[in-house]
Amino acid sequence: MATAAIQTSSHVLELAHPLPLDGGQSLDGVRISYETYGQLNADKSNAVLICHALTGDQHVASPHPITGKPGWWIRMVGPGLPIDTDRFFVICANVLGSCMGSTGPASMAADGQPYGMRFPVITIRDMVRGHVALLDALGIATLHAVVGGSMGGMQALSLAANWPQRARAVLVIASTARHSAQNIAFHEVGRQAIMADPKWQGGDYYGAGKGPEAGLAVARMAAHITYLSEEGMHEKFGRRLQNRTAKTFGFDADFQIESYLRHQGLSFTDRFDANSYLYITRAMDYFDLAEEHGGRLADAFAGSDARFCLVSFDTDWLYPTSESRTIAHALNAAGAPVSFVELSAPFGHDSFLLDVPALDRVIAGFLGQ
Amino acid sequence: MSALRPDLAVIAANVAPRSRVLDVGCGDGALMAALRDTRAVDARGLELDPLNVAECVARGLSVIQGDADTDLGYYTDGGFDYAILSQTLQTTKRPDLVLDELLRVGRKAFVSFPNFAHWRVRASLLWHGRMPVTRLLPVAWYETPNIHHVTVRDFRELVAAKGLTVEGAWFLSGDKRISDAAANWRAEHAVFLLSR
Repeated sequence: MATAAIQTSSHVLELAHPLPLDGGQSLDGVRISYETYGQLNADKSNAVLICHALTGDQHVASPHPITGKPGWWIRMVGPGLPIDTDRFFVICANVLGSCMGSTGPASMAADGQPYGMRFPVITIRDMVRGHVALLDALGIATLHAVVGGSMGGMQALSLAANWPQRARAVLVIASTARHSAQNIAFHEVGRQAIMADPKWQGGDYYGAGKGPEAGLAVARMAAHITYLSEEGMHEKFGRRLQNRTAKTFGFDADFQIESYLRHQGLSFTDRFDANSYLYITRAMDYFDLAEEHGGRLADAFAGSDARFCLVSFDTDWLYPTSESRTIAHALNAAGAPVSFVELSAPFGHDSFLLDVPALDRVIAGFLGQ
Repeated sequence: MSALRPDLAVIAANVAPRSRVLDVGCGDGALMAALRDTRAVDARGLELDPLNVAECVARGLSVIQGDADTDLGYYTDGGFDYAILSQTLQTTKRPDLVLDELLRVGRKAFVSFPNFAHWRVRASLLWHGRMPVTRLLPVAWYETPNIHHVTVRDFRELVAAKGLTVEGAWFLSGDKRISDAAANWRAEHAVFLLSR
């Protein structure tokens, strides 16, 4: 493991020009909060953009400012690690629509009031437009690589398809080229939980004390189930009871799994804005890369000279292997150099964040070229 | 670079420089890496075992996890100068269909396989009456991945029946090349270069 301290710095970029959006509107005064790790070399050729997932943020390898927890990918990003900050200049930006410093529904609109539901509905491609504006500001014409897991993988694919000259290598982990009906269904459960909370108040809860924390917690609980495998959940919790020897014949959290999910839901509300959750899940549901390119996925990558690598996990039922395989075949049909591997790991969709040594080797090998 | 397996060395020595190659059942990517490094070949791979694919990606190779029996259909006609199938033909469900697919996606195809008519195999069957376990066929009958054993003569007949052209044939005994004479007895291993 790396022992050297990681060089981190936090930045905020304020865009000088309005950001055009897929929905037809544009956003003024967009702010993009981002972290960088390592040093940009003289010819600016060693930059790696990491795109975060739905509830992730820019603190990929530095402590979270609210929870104080270590960065979400410290096992992957750092000196001597697979995404080696001694070699690469790593950038991770909070996505548009989120709530960790980049412009989102909790940000102030021109009238000095939070946007709330006046914030325009955004897409994955809009998020990537923000990333491209950041690369422009940093003077980075072409990334060594763009890397993302889950929603981060959608951003990596969108960058490769829409800005094909901006990345020489594209690494997509546990992701998909389009949201399935089942994906949309789970997100809709989460959104309805938030909007059914009386404290949501049509999204106008800012400054009114507590927001729709109960609804957001339920949304997180439902989503969290989709991030784990049935087998992994059974192994971790089984039917074991939580701090008690018998069932209580009540509706307290008798089972460990209930207690765990309640904790996941509640702790999530400390760090995430409910409206951001609505907007970002919507962006994911709208994502369909083939639809953006005339219905044929291979055409999305027609202009790309990049190398691609796709990784799926055998226990991921949220974005199963078949989704990654579809992308691999489309890239193959487009003549792109592409690798695809399904790795075996017990942790379901969350495997990309956890200890899977084969993933480390794939990432190090793919980025090392 | 470690030495290539003898049949792979034969293939590597006979692939035209700067060509496009699909290695079906590419294993850990040893042949692809050699072709890339010594002949500037644009090599792609298809491999069933995920750990092998991970190893290939770690070597900077472009390899897709998939099955020779089912996944060649995703490749376009004539997309490659060569399709290579080394030590894999005898493990496929339908070797004849795989051969058709190889010569659809590749203009030419290298196919290598262990020769089941080698005299040691014959002797094992004749004297002991048992399925042979030899250096090239090291796994017992019940767990071998080799489900379609083939001899040099069988292969030549299949190639002739399909009207394919044999552009080259190489035979190996141990690690050494041997002449074509009585290859069906003497060769442990055969490498064919085919075209339509």
